[in-house]
Amino acid sequence: MSVALPLPRRGWKLGFWSIVFWVIVALFAYVSILRFTRGLGATTNLSDRFPWGVWIGFDILCGVGLAAGAFTIMATVHIFNIHRFDPIVRPTVLTGFLGYVFVSLALLYDLGQPWRIWHALVYWNPHSVMFEVAWCVMLYTTVLSLEFAPIVFERLRLDWARRTLHLFETPLVILGVLLSTLHQSSLGTVFLIVPEKLHPLWYTSMLPVHFYVSAIGAGLGMVILESHLSGRAFGHALAMDLLEPLGRAMVVMLSVFGVLRLQGLFHNGALGMALGASYESRMFQVEFVLGVLLPVALLVWPRIRRSPRGLVFGSSLAVLGFIMHRLNVSVTGLERASGVHYRPSWMELTVSVGLVALGMGAFGLAVKYLPIFPHHGADAGHGARQPAAAGR
Amino acid sequence: METTSPPAGTWGLLFDSTMCIGCGGCSAACKEQNGLPDRIEAEPTAYTWTVVDKVGDRYIRRMCMHCLSPTCASVCPVGALHKLADGPVVYDSDKCIGCRYCVMACPFGVPKYQWDRPVPVVGKCVMCAPRIARGEPTACASVCPTGATTFGRRDALIAEARRRIAAEPSRYHDHVYGIAEAGGTGVLMLAGVPLPELGLPANVPDRPLPQYTWQVLSHLPDFIGVAAVFLFGIRWITQRRELVRAIEGADRPVEPPAGMAHPEGGRR
Repeated sequence: MSVALPLPRRGWKLGFWSIVFWVIVALFAYVSILRFTRGLGATTNLSDRFPWGVWIGFDILCGVGLAAGAFTIMATVHIFNIHRFDPIVRPTVLTGFLGYVFVSLALLYDLGQPWRIWHALVYWNPHSVMFEVAWCVMLYTTVLSLEFAPIVFERLRLDWARRTLHLFETPLVILGVLLSTLHQSSLGTVFLIVPEKLHPLWYTSMLPVHFYVSAIGAGLGMVILESHLSGRAFGHALAMDLLEPLGRAMVVMLSVFGVLRLQGLFHNGALGMALGASYESRMFQVEFVLGVLLPVALLVWPRIRRSPRGLVFGSSLAVLGFIMHRLNVSVTGLERASGVHYRPSWMELTVSVGLVALGMGAFGLAVKYLPIFPHHGADAGHGARQPAAAGR
Repeated sequence: METTSPPAGTWGLLFDSTMCIGCGGCSAACKEQNGLPDRIEAEPTAYTWTVVDKVGDRYIRRMCMHCLSPTCASVCPVGALHKLADGPVVYDSDKCIGCRYCVMACPFGVPKYQWDRPVPVVGKCVMCAPRIARGEPTACASVCPTGATTFGRRDALIAEARRRIAAEPSRYHDHVYGIAEAGGTGVLMLAGVPLPELGLPANVPDRPLPQYTWQVLSHLPDFIGVAAVFLFGIRWITQRRELVRAIEGADRPVEPPAGMAHPEGGRR
């Protein structure tokens, strides 16, 4: 829905999506004022019993996970040296960079005193998972901005700057993979400290591994979806010869995740519960069937995987399933222990939707003004064969 | 993570539900001592750090348990919460960034947040740390008319609790809540029924909760070293493979396996 942005050739025509975009932005601005003048209680449905809601569960947990495509593709290209994926490096790095920028923005809404965010740099508590996540996210956002900077330098024709950064490419990529591995898994570790509160359908000491594996799967799914969306917006078809192997990798990660989930249930003695009819069981069933079993069952077939529609559909399921899993860990699974039913307020949802819309808008602007895609509007079937697409 | 055996000098509180008459003096004294707003609330909030709750015909105090290995202090990213050597778990509002991980993680649901304020901080019982530093008992213990809340060394309080149970077994449920729960707490509770029946959590593990995350976090530095070498190693191998292929390819054009084909343009 980056189509919200007027496309270069069409000029500033006010289409349906543009109107939707600006309505969302206006509401977002209004709620932002309320949030910072009246506080969390006046704008959210959070309480002492349920102190974390959709800003943590969706904006941060899902935002970080869905941006995992960046480190996955960077590792594939620069560490495993599989250079045929070069053409998708730039859009993926852009998505990752914007993803982390908007995750950080969301954090400013969620923190009670966001102007103190720098405290994490000064006051250390190495025993806190949150401390570790804060440092990793901050450092990785820096890495992403350095991985993104060459694109800007190329546009500004700052060749010396581009060449200087290029010298550090390998250490940067490796640092990025390390930091991502740490904080993607640590987002799961955050919930290890509530063994008595988090429902056995989701709690397991393997949560860090669950979060890491699912982030790679969903990150790949997002690369496919974003190629589809930007392809629609900018008028080039999906580069199926690149996306189909990503779909395969996603199936592998989803399957690994599925096995891990079942093992977790087995060790918790919760397999029977998984088939039950309670609120949690139902949420689990939707999450697991729609988000893991169905996409694997569909995309394992070459015919479906090789058709753009099938691949996009399967990836959408995987991404939705991923979002459900993270919301189930951070919201559904904690409701029973908290004794309250948390539902986000319309203002919480407005902030989440607004940040997604702004992120898409920023993506559209970046694609318009920066050399992100090899060439707009060209036959993308050959996009993969274009030289120097991401060579920096 | 630190061990669960407390330093000998750890102060604590013993609350005996069978002696409590529900006068609420502890709650009022707490408000006065800590400069909290006067309004009376049914359950603890950021502005009311302890209340006396009535469950059936029994009374139970709601307050911070002052864990020996406090979950709140472990999760706080900026170390705004920490345990003093003599027992109290205290809070430094000047450090707090408002992430509310403490509110979310505390097994006893103790830290509360000022949801109504644009510049909020956490509120929780601090076991009258300034009074303890002056050698005085907590405000709640000092005003309790029946001795239901007693202040003392934790070891001595455990001995006293066991003495009471032994002396009047029919009066008490034979369990001192807080000796083992969450790795042990500074506040101990006695009642005529199991404490979970009066609203304390039943399924708090005896293992200190900070260990659940520390067992992962403590391995990360080692992991970073191994993973970094591993990744550089893979990069080295794949680069070399490409170099070899390039040299061989220059001598005799070999068709690489279909799946491995990559465009000349991808190379730099």
